[in-house]
Amino acid sequence: MNSTNGDSLPFLVRDCSLVAISTGKRAQNLRELRDHVLNIHEGSIYYHFWGGLLQPHFDDPQFNNDFANWSHYRLHDNILAERLAVIDPTDFDDLESLRRELVEILEQRLEELERPAWVPTDCQFHFVRSQIVVFDTGWRIEKPEHLPDLVGKMSVGSIFYHVIDARRRYPKGADDFQVWLRGFGGFERICEKLASIDPYFVTLVELRRKLSTILRMGFREALK
Amino acid sequence: MKLIDDYAPIVGEDVIHHIREISAPLRGLKVVHVNSTKIGGGVAEILDRIVPLMMELGIEARWEVIKGEEKFYECTKSFHNVLQGKYVPISDLLLRAYELTNQENAEALRSVLEEADMVFVHDPQPLPLLKWTPKRRGKWLWRCHIDLSHPYRPIWKYLREFATGYDASIFSLADFAQPLPHTQYLVPPSIDPLSDKNIELTPRDIRETQDQFDIDPDRPIILQVSRFDRFKDPIGVIRAFRLAKRFSPGLQLVLAGGGASDDPEGGIVLKEVREEANNDPDIRILVLPPDAHRSINALQRGANFIIQKSIKEGFGLTVTEGLWKAKPVIGGDTGGIRLQIIDHHTGFLVSTPEGAALRIRYLLRQPGKAQEMALKGKEFVRQNFLITRHLREYLSLMVALLHGDEDRVEFQM
Repeated sequence: MNSTNGDSLPFLVRDCSLVAISTGKRAQNLRELRDHVLNIHEGSIYYHFWGGLLQPHFDDPQFNNDFANWSHYRLHDNILAERLAVIDPTDFDDLESLRRELVEILEQRLEELERPAWVPTDCQFHFVRSQIVVFDTGWRIEKPEHLPDLVGKMSVGSIFYHVIDARRRYPKGADDFQVWLRGFGGFERICEKLASIDPYFVTLVELRRKLSTILRMGFREALK
Repeated sequence: MKLIDDYAPIVGEDVIHHIREISAPLRGLKVVHVNSTKIGGGVAEILDRIVPLMMELGIEARWEVIKGEEKFYECTKSFHNVLQGKYVPISDLLLRAYELTNQENAEALRSVLEEADMVFVHDPQPLPLLKWTPKRRGKWLWRCHIDLSHPYRPIWKYLREFATGYDASIFSLADFAQPLPHTQYLVPPSIDPLSDKNIELTPRDIRETQDQFDIDPDRPIILQVSRFDRFKDPIGVIRAFRLAKRFSPGLQLVLAGGGASDDPEGGIVLKEVREEANNDPDIRILVLPPDAHRSINALQRGANFIIQKSIKEGFGLTVTEGLWKAKPVIGGDTGGIRLQIIDHHTGFLVSTPEGAALRIRYLLRQPGKAQEMALKGKEFVRQNFLITRHLREYLSLMVALLHGDEDRVEFQM
C-alpha cells in the first residue's frame, strides 16, 4: 500500500520495476488459450494487458494487449483480435472481472468457429506473469503546488507505480496523485482532469507529459 | 566520471537514476558470476561490462571463469548443439570429464562460492558447480543464454538434474524456457552501445573498412552478419539478392561470418555458399576473426540495410545491432527476430528468398520509408535492448529473489 495519502502527509515518490516470470503455461489454439485464461495466475492477466509499458515492447503496436496481438499475428483471426483489442482494462474494477470478460469473448468466438485454428509450436502463446519491485526514491514533497515539477522529473517507473499500479490499489480510476490532492481539499477540478486521462493507449513518457501539463495548467488556474 | 555515466547521453539521465535507485538495497552484496570463457562470445561480452557496472553501484561483484581440459570443452560444445535440437553423440567419458571438471573448479572456487550472497551460473558449462558446493549460503541462479525450446531430451534430462537445485533460472525468452521446479525469470539479451561492435564510427572508419574488403560505397549494399550455418540460410540470402538485383543492377551483397576452423559443418556450408556465389564480383564472402568487432561495426554502418534471413534463430543479436545502427532489417520470421522486427515498422519479417527480394526492392525504391523504419528501429532498441535495461532487470530480480516469491516486493530505504 502506498503511504501517500491526504491529511497533509508528504507525497513520497516511489519507483518500480517489473520482473517477468514464465508460468510455463502455453496455448497452441483458441481452446487452450481459453482454458488457461480460466485458471491462470491473476498476475498473468495483468502482465498481458499492462506489462508492455515497462517491459520490452514496441510503442506503437497494432493492438494494445498480448491476447489481441496473438490472435491477429498468429491465429490470423482478425474478428477475435478486434474484439479483444477493444477491451480497456481500466473499465474493470479488478482483474477477476477483466478475466471474466476475456473468457466471455474467447467462448463466444469458440462457439462461432467450427474448427479453431492451431498455430505452429514456435508461435504459441506463452503466459507470463510479473513481480513488481517497489522502492522508495527518497524524494518527497509537502506542498501540492510542487507536484507539477516533480511529475515532470519522475522516471517512467514512478509514473507506472503512481498511476497504473495505483489502479490495483484504489477504486476505479484513482491514482496516487488524486488521492493525495483530495486530502488537501480544493483541487477537485484537477483531480477530475487527472481521472479523465486514459492511460491505456499512451506510452509512459506520453503519460508523464499529459500529467505534467494537466497539473501545471490546473495549479495555474487554482492559484489565480 | 563513472562508467555508468557514459550511458546517460545514450539512454537518458532518468534511466541511470532509476538503476542507481534499484541497486540501493543491493549495496555490499557479494555477487559472483561464473562462466567458462573470459574472451569471445556474447556471454563474455556482456559480463565484461555488467560486472564493472555492478561494482560501480556498490555491489561486491566478481567474475570467475572455470577451467577445463579438451574433453570438457568437447563435451560442452556438444551440449550447445544438442540443447538447441541438433543431435550429436556424447560419450560417458565426456560426461565424466564434464562432472570432474566442475568438481575440481568447485574445489578451487570453494571459499568464493560459499561466501557469495548470490551466484549467477552462466550456461551449461559450470551448471554442476552447485552440486559440489553443499555449504553454499547464498541464492544461486542459472542463467541460460541458449535456446532450450527443443532440446535433445536425453541430454536435457541429464542436465536438468543439475539445474533443479538452483533457486531460480533466467531465460532470454518464454519460448526458450523448460519446466523447472523454481521461478523462471525472463530477461532478453542486450547489446552494449559503447562496445567496439556498436560504438559510433566516423565516415572515414567506415570507408576504410569498405576499401579493405573491396566494397563500392557508391552502390547499395545489403549485409548479413552470421556464422556460416544452414539455420542462417546464407544460400537463401544469395537467392534473394539475385532476384532483387534484376531490378537494381548496382546492388552488392556482403556475407560476413566467423571462422569455421572449429566447426566442420561451418566449413561445408561456407563451401556451399562460395559455390552458390559462383565468383559473382558483387557478392563478398568475408570470413572474419572472432575479434573483428570494429570491422563488423563498420560493415553494418556502411550497409543500406541489414538482412538476417534465418530459418531458426535464438534471439538474433545481429538484428539488434543492425537496428541500433539505424538500418531497416529484413529478418526471418522466427525466434527472437519476431520480438525485434515489428513488421512494416522496424523492418520486415520474411519466410522465403522471394519475400526477402521483394522487401529489398521496396526499401531501395522507398528511401523515405526506409529512413522512417531506421529511426523507429533505433529508438526501439534504445528503449528495450541496451545493456542498461539488462542491468536494470538483473538488479530487479536480485531484489525480488532476496525478498521472497511474492507478487509485490516493497522495499523501504
